[in-house]
Amino acid sequence: MSPIRTEALEARTAAAGMSGALRVLAGPAGPGPEPLEAHLHRLGDLPVLGSHLIEVTARARLRGRGGAGFPTSKKLAAVAAAASWGRSPVVIGNGSESEPLSSKDELLLRRRPHLVLDGLELAARAVASSEIYLVVSQSYPEALRAVRQALKERSRERLGDPVRLLSGRPGFVSGEETALISRIEGRGGRPRARPPLVVERGLGGHPTLVQNVETLAQLALLARFGPEWYAEAGTPDEPGTTLVTLAGAVARPGVFETAFGTPLKALLDAGGADTSSRALLVGGYFGGWLSTGALGGRGYSRSELAELDVSPGAGVLMVLSGSACGLRAGATAVRWLAQQSSRQCGPCTFGLPAIANALLQLSEPGRTDDDALERVRRWCSDVEGRGACHHPDGAVRLARSTLRVFSEELGRHRDGSCVAEAAPDPGMATARSAP
Amino acid sequence: MSKERLVIDPTACRGHGLCAELLPELVRLDDWGYPIIDKGPVPPALIGRARRAVHICPTLALALRPTVGAEVPGSGREQLPSGP
Repeated sequence: MSPIRTEALEARTAAAGMSGALRVLAGPAGPGPEPLEAHLHRLGDLPVLGSHLIEVTARARLRGRGGAGFPTSKKLAAVAAAASWGRSPVVIGNGSESEPLSSKDELLLRRRPHLVLDGLELAARAVASSEIYLVVSQSYPEALRAVRQALKERSRERLGDPVRLLSGRPGFVSGEETALISRIEGRGGRPRARPPLVVERGLGGHPTLVQNVETLAQLALLARFGPEWYAEAGTPDEPGTTLVTLAGAVARPGVFETAFGTPLKALLDAGGADTSSRALLVGGYFGGWLSTGALGGRGYSRSELAELDVSPGAGVLMVLSGSACGLRAGATAVRWLAQQSSRQCGPCTFGLPAIANALLQLSEPGRTDDDALERVRRWCSDVEGRGACHHPDGAVRLARSTLRVFSEELGRHRDGSCVAEAAPDPGMATARSAP
Repeated sequence: MSKERLVIDPTACRGHGLCAELLPELVRLDDWGYPIIDKGPVPPALIGRARRAVHICPTLALALRPTVGAEVPGSGREQLPSGP
C-alpha cells in the first residue's frame, strides 16, 4: 500500500461516501442533482492543478469513457502542445450519449452535474483554455435542467470559467467528435474526414479537447484523491471504476459502477440476467457479441474482453434473451446503423443498407444461402475504412461479430429452423426510444 | 524524391468514376461505383496519370499526399480515434 494512503485520505474518502467501487455514483440517492454546497461539503474544494493534471492522469492511466478508451493524458498533452503554438484551445464535454443502449451519461449529468463541471474546469485549466462547451443530448430535459441549475450555482459562487451549454442533435453519429464540433459551429453536425485531428485543429480551427462526461467525472475525483487512491479499485493494468449500463433481458436494468476486472458473470448475476441467455452485446451498437459460454471467469476489462474480440466501448452490456435469435438481433441492429448514416460517403450510404439487407435475409430461416454470406463478407471488406468517420467500421464490426458468434444459428437457419421458434423477439428494447 | 499516395475525401466523392477509368492499376470501383484506392505509394510510372486523375475529378475529392515514414499523421486509428 502506498505511503500516500494516510488516515486523512481515509477520512476524506469515507466522508465522500465512497467505498469499494462506489465512486462517481457515491453521494445522495434520489433522482435530482446534488447541489453545489452539498457537493463541495462532501468532496472538498476543487484543487487547482493546472497542467499538473496531465501527469496525474498519466499516473492513474485514466482512459476515456466515451467508447474509444483513449489515454486521457495523451489527449490532454496533445491539445496543450498544439496550444503552445499560440492558438487558444477549446474544451468540449460530450454528453451526447448517442449509443441508444447507454444511459450512464444521462444519470451523471442529472444527478452529479458538479462532478462533470469540475472535470471540465480541471481539463480547461490543464490545457489553458477559457472556451468551454458542454453538449447534452436534447432528449435529456432533466439533465439539461440539472446542468443549467448547476451552472447558475457555480456562477453565483464565481466558481470556474463560464461554460456554454448546448443541446445535442439526435442521431447516432451526432456525438462523434467532428460532428459535435460542426454542430457547435452552427453547421450541419456531420462528421468530417481527418486529417487534421481535432486536437490540432477542431472548433473554429483551434486545438480542441473532446471528453466524455464520465471521463470528466472521474477527473473530478482523481484530482482530489490522487492516482494512488484511483488505483485502489480495478486491476494493476486497468485501475479505477467505470459505469456500465445493463440492458436487455435482465431483471434489474440500469446503470451501475464497477471496478475494472469484476467478473462478468458477477455483473450479470447482480443484474438478474436471463440465465438462458447465450449471448451478450458488449459496447452496444458500436460493439460486438460475446457468447456467454465463452465467458469463463473473465473480468470486465479491456484486456480480458479483447481475448474475445470485444471492447467495453461506452460501457453497455446488453443481454440477449435466450428465446431470441441472435442473427435477427444483429441484423436489426445493423439495419438501424445503416439508417443512422449521415449519408456523406458512398460506401457507408450504400454499403451499410446492402450489408443489413443481406444479414436480414440470412436471419430468416430457410433463406440462408452461401451467396448472401459471400456478399456480406465482400461488402464488409469493401466498406471498412472508407468513410470519413468510423461509423461504417462499427457497422462492419457488428455484422462480422453477428456472423461469427451466431455461426451455429446460421447452420440451423440453413436447415430451416431457428432457436426463436416463436415470432423472433430481438430483445433489444430499451427504456429509451428504441431504434 | 519523396513518395506520394493517392488519398480521397469520401465526403466529396460522388462516384463519377473518372479516377478508375484513368488509373485502373490503382483504383477499382466498389459495387456502388465508389473508388477503392490502393493505399501504397504511387509507382513513379503512374505519377503522371495520378496527377491527371486528381485534376479531372469533378468534385476535387482526390489528392496526392506525401507519405511520411510508416504512416501519415492523423490517418491512423492508432492515433486518436473518435467514437460515436
